[in-house]
Amino acid sequence: MQITTPNFKENATRALNDAPLQKALKNVEIGFIAKRLAAVDALPEFEQLRDNARDIKNHTLAHLDLYLEEYEKKVIASGGHVHFAETAEDARAIILDICRKRNAKTVTKGKSMITEEIGLNDFFEKNGITPVETDLGEYIIQLRGETPSHIIAPAVHLNKDQVEADFRRVHTHLPADRDLTEHEALLNEARLVLRQRYFEADVGITGANFLVAETGSSVIVTNEGNGDLTQTLGKCHVVVASLEKLVPTLNDCSQILRVLARSATGQDMSVYTTFSTGPKRAEDPDGPEEYHVVLLDNGRTAMLGTEFQEMLRCIRCGACMNHCPVYHAVGGHAYGAVYPGPMGAVLTPSLSGIEVGGHLPNASTFCGRCESVCPMRIPLPKMMRHWREREFEKHLTPTAARYGLKFWAFFARRPKLYRAAVSVAMPLLSWLGGSSRRIHSLPLADGWTKHREMPAPEGKTFLQAWAEKQAREAGR
Amino acid sequence: MTDKPTVGLFVTCLADLFRPTVGFAAAKLIEDAGCELHVPMAQTCCGQPAYNSGDRKDARALAEQAIEAFEGFDYVVAPSGSCAAMLKKHYPGLFKGDATWEKRAQAFSAKVYELVSFLTDVMKVEKVESQFAGTVTYHDSCSGLRELGIKAQPRKLLGALPGVTLAEMKDSEVCCGFGGTFCVKYPDISNAIVEKKTATISDTGADVLLAGDIGCLMNMAGKIRREGGKTQVRHVAEVLAGMTDTPPIAGK
Ligand code: SF4
Repeated sequence: MQITTPNFKENATRALNDAPLQKALKNVEIGFIAKRLAAVDALPEFEQLRDNARDIKNHTLAHLDLYLEEYEKKVIASGGHVHFAETAEDARAIILDICRKRNAKTVTKGKSMITEEIGLNDFFEKNGITPVETDLGEYIIQLRGETPSHIIAPAVHLNKDQVEADFRRVHTHLPADRDLTEHEALLNEARLVLRQRYFEADVGITGANFLVAETGSSVIVTNEGNGDLTQTLGKCHVVVASLEKLVPTLNDCSQILRVLARSATGQDMSVYTTFSTGPKRAEDPDGPEEYHVVLLDNGRTAMLGTEFQEMLRCIRCGACMNHCPVYHAVGGHAYGAVYPGPMGAVLTPSLSGIEVGGHLPNASTFCGRCESVCPMRIPLPKMMRHWREREFEKHLTPTAARYGLKFWAFFARRPKLYRAAVSVAMPLLSWLGGSSRRIHSLPLADGWTKHREMPAPEGKTFLQAWAEKQAREAGR
Repeated sequence: MTDKPTVGLFVTCLADLFRPTVGFAAAKLIEDAGCELHVPMAQTCCGQPAYNSGDRKDARALAEQAIEAFEGFDYVVAPSGSCAAMLKKHYPGLFKGDATWEKRAQAFSAKVYELVSFLTDVMKVEKVESQFAGTVTYHDSCSGLRELGIKAQPRKLLGALPGVTLAEMKDSEVCCGFGGTFCVKYPDISNAIVEKKTATISDTGADVLLAGDIGCLMNMAGKIRREGGKTQVRHVAEVLAGMTDTPPIAGK
């Protein structure tokens, strides 16, 4: 995708003025939060499960090489193939090669953020292969030529009437007077259209929520069952996943599954949880003839051993963005990168560089709500702060902010000088507030006064007033 | 010499500069709770603006300054969840790799409390003396809430005041959009967030909005005034100390 993160501010302002988007974003704020809370409240051991989930991933990351080896062995033993892709480009080339060998014209796809990360759909189209998204949300945004605005609800930025209009625009073979007022009707129509495509597909591509070293299985969770059709009806199943999806055992996987859906959609479990191990065996009634796993690194091993390692625990549940006031305000597209919200604010600079992604870790109030709901206990604000530190070290912080900060710190580090300065400045500022006790506009503070009044200070500073009071009392 | 615990009041830069009343209110509450109060003159700012802007060097220098000025007291108390969290949760990390200073920072951090939680959790204050009467609503500022677990404490003390009625706002735990330098770096987003907040505040019909952090209060007060709202805005300490003669924040 076209990364527009450097234009984050403009993107955000546009999003704030986009009425249909603002309407759609209300659903995130209301729907996801209440559902998660209900699911969490219903499970007394939820906090303990979060600790377990964190520990499992920490352990896996500490021994990633061993588990990768084990996983690869198990995939091969079950008749599958493992391909390591260091970069997005490598991954695309490997996938294209697999498709070419099967002479593929059409590829069905289950929902996969990694294929978004590597820009697979555009690449397929350039190479004469038609990608068909089968997840309803992904299908909708594909029709619109958009990218996902949320990692689990890709079309959450849209309202029903917009989707209806798209379906009418594209599905011209269906009766024009059909009734599409209900959500169900839209879902059924998408099902109907997609059903045929599954059978036409030569290759089915899915992501993976987990890769299990113990068995060599890939695991997907979905609510529509589209992923299952994608991976079983195609003749060749390609799993595209990043390396940190690995867990040691099935038991580990099931522990993390207990926090995943609850954090994401507030379900106890997703409707479908599907384990795939290798291609179709002789005794299986269905299944793909070939089974490939493309394991993407794309900057992840470089995060190991750094202050960003903990980010690799992420299971892509979306809870952090569902609870983020900034995401609620501007939606996912404004971030201008593959991954939005707090997790995107940490990951984007890792994947695309701080020079490109610098806005995102700054565009946070550090309210900490993301960390408080993250099932993997990822300290997201702390890592955003680490990015700000890297920026500051590299002199990438905007010049005005940097000098402003240095100027302020110069005084703050010299208490006597600071006292002298503020005991002149504050009464002056107070005087500016006049009888209304507020300042309507202030040079150098237009970021503040653009949208709000600046409360006038009372006059003397506390320490000034306190010292005077002490002196008065001593003199009495 | 008394056997009262000694408390260093870290008044915080915003209260010092903009809202001295909060300093006086905090001083009264701390003394009324039976402590010996000290106000070191060598205090400026906890360093959070530098810390959150990625400037660790200045943050650390300011941390050293604060530790030196305050480590001699039994407790260090700040009328702000955000600054208290900086002193308590973030200072030790600034000295990683410097064993001597790290230890000093840890010992210092163990003494730090936010004002209201200090009163209730440490000094076991059950009620305070205040003649204040009115309907109030309370916003849970983020750092105090999530880093220090401050939620019940202010409600407990407010609830014990006979003249006070608490009208809870919807989503009191949602950020007000202040975020320190965030609000000036991303004014439009900050504005979208605070607009939602002022709407939930006005829905309560409360006369007074309270919170424990001047930054958030200035943000919300500034927005309420710009919108022409009537809700008065005060730091919770002012109400608890019964010091409400000063005009409210950004108001007459
Ligand atoms: S960072 Fe945490 S909350 Fe956000 S998507 Fe990842 S696991 Fe979920």
